[in-house]
Amino acid sequence: MVEKEDIIIVKDLVKKYGSFYANDHLSFEVKKGEIFGFLGANGAGKTTAIRILCGLSYPTSGILKVAGFDVYTQRDEIKKNIGYMSQKFSLYDDLTVFENIRFYAGIYGLSKKEIEIRSNRLMEKLILGEARDKLIRDIPQGWKQKLAFSVAIIHDPKIVFLDEPTGGVDPITRRQFWDLIYQAARDGITVFVTTHYMDEAEYCDRVTIMVEGRIAALDTPEALKKRYNSANMNEVFLHLARTKVLS
Amino acid sequence: MMPIIFVVPIVQLIILVHAATFEMKDIRMSVIDLDMSQSSRQMISKFQGSPFFRIAHTSFSYREAGNEMKKGNVDVILQIPLGFEKNLAKEKKSKVQIVINAINGTSAGLVSAYSLMILQDFNRALIVEWMSPATMAATRNIKVIPLYWYNPKLNYKTFMVPGILVLLVTIIGLLLSGMNIVREKEIGTIEQINVTPIRKIQFIAGKLIPFWIIALFELTFGLVVGKLLFNIPMIGNLWLIFLSAGIYIFVILGFGLLISTMTNTQQQSMLVAFFFMVIFILMSGLFTSIESMPNWAQQLDRLNPIAYFIRIMRMVMLKGSSFQDIQESLYSLVVYAFGIISIAIWRYRKVT
Repeated sequence: MVEKEDIIIVKDLVKKYGSFYANDHLSFEVKKGEIFGFLGANGAGKTTAIRILCGLSYPTSGILKVAGFDVYTQRDEIKKNIGYMSQKFSLYDDLTVFENIRFYAGIYGLSKKEIEIRSNRLMEKLILGEARDKLIRDIPQGWKQKLAFSVAIIHDPKIVFLDEPTGGVDPITRRQFWDLIYQAARDGITVFVTTHYMDEAEYCDRVTIMVEGRIAALDTPEALKKRYNSANMNEVFLHLARTKVLS
Repeated sequence: MMPIIFVVPIVQLIILVHAATFEMKDIRMSVIDLDMSQSSRQMISKFQGSPFFRIAHTSFSYREAGNEMKKGNVDVILQIPLGFEKNLAKEKKSKVQIVINAINGTSAGLVSAYSLMILQDFNRALIVEWMSPATMAATRNIKVIPLYWYNPKLNYKTFMVPGILVLLVTIIGLLLSGMNIVREKEIGTIEQINVTPIRKIQFIAGKLIPFWIIALFELTFGLVVGKLLFNIPMIGNLWLIFLSAGIYIFVILGFGLLISTMTNTQQQSMLVAFFFMVIFILMSGLFTSIESMPNWAQQLDRLNPIAYFIRIMRMVMLKGSSFQDIQESLYSLVVYAFGIISIAIWRYRKVT
């Protein structure tokens, strides 16, 4: 396999809140086109890290490059090249499906014609045809989530950051959601996803397991299972979390 | 939302203009006529004949009249002492007592002013009646006839409507914009916006312009209602009013957005907005005149956008002031608008 370029480079990322280390010297690289999982319990520092990478929050120290741009100085360039979907639902409730698409696509500077084409393609993909002019608040939660993801990549970003995208969603929708993620990855979008569902970790190319602000392990799911002699990622995680607590 | 934005202000306009009036009609009077003379009856009928007073109660006991006032049945007591007419004839002067319920200082002042007017009138009538023509010629008599410019009938509606219109535009503008960004913070869409390459100035402009249009529409609507229902005079140039309003609304919206960027919940934002609104309104010159405020307060009022706009509205609408007359206030508002919107843009943080 040809070694792909690193699209995200993080060296010694530290984020401190007072004397509390939310991110304690994180270092990792994400390869172009991979699905990179960021796992950990609530409060392990996943969201903090993702917010810093998206330019929503300042790091305390460390070297960070996203899509080839520096997090400290080229924030605007980064923002043009990434998509983001947070655990907080992020479409406008009081606008219709199409209005939301048009709004976000418009911010990224897509032309009217382009917006029309892409939203039609999107509707087809999500089988949302008849919901085009429905208000977001009137469509089911699962659809909203899928739509939010599709809107987050409407401008064909190089990387999409997903912060617990499947929170509060039923297993079937979660499965469908992951199909969308795979599709995006096939289209060449690098996916950076945080989750605390360990079964979702199996879908990732590589995973990072965070425990208390540090990286406890980083490898492919297979390698991790082998290393910790576990049947699934859940056991791997429990193993890592327990040793951390004991030490 | 639309009905709330448009219907409520109109209802308020109609209610407030009728309610917030300083005119007093139907002042209830208790009369204690201990003299029972021709003169005393003459005086009483003077009060009775005035459109402001109504004799609600008569008695011969001050205590009884006092009780009526305590119960809130009368607003003023007129006591004519025994020997009123006799003293008038003998000593050319006599006394009456007027007791006014002064729980509300403003209305007490008005009752007093109205009563004095009637007593003066009575006085003049006496002079004519009792004095010989010779002595009358010797008495210098200065008669004051006040002329009220720009509001000749001292119509409080004329005076209040422009001010209340300002208030309505202000309240709508400040609350809508004040709640706006903070609402996005609460539902979380602000995160999604902040992660896009949108510029701060674009974002703020997107927040300002729709509310600006709504507020201007509101003002137009209010002016039409004011004209149709209260027939308020519109002496000045209508475009001048809209020019001033356009600038003023930017100030108010900028203020609201600034509050919105600095707070985290809609509750906080509301409280802060109300805090400023109450101070601005009470110091705006709508209910009390700015000229009678202490000097420090007048200086402080330079920071009060409502005061500028009420002044402009009244001057243009009632007095027909031209651009030259109001330019000082107008320039102040322009500076204010630029200042406050710049601060709002600067304060809006895409990164925390």
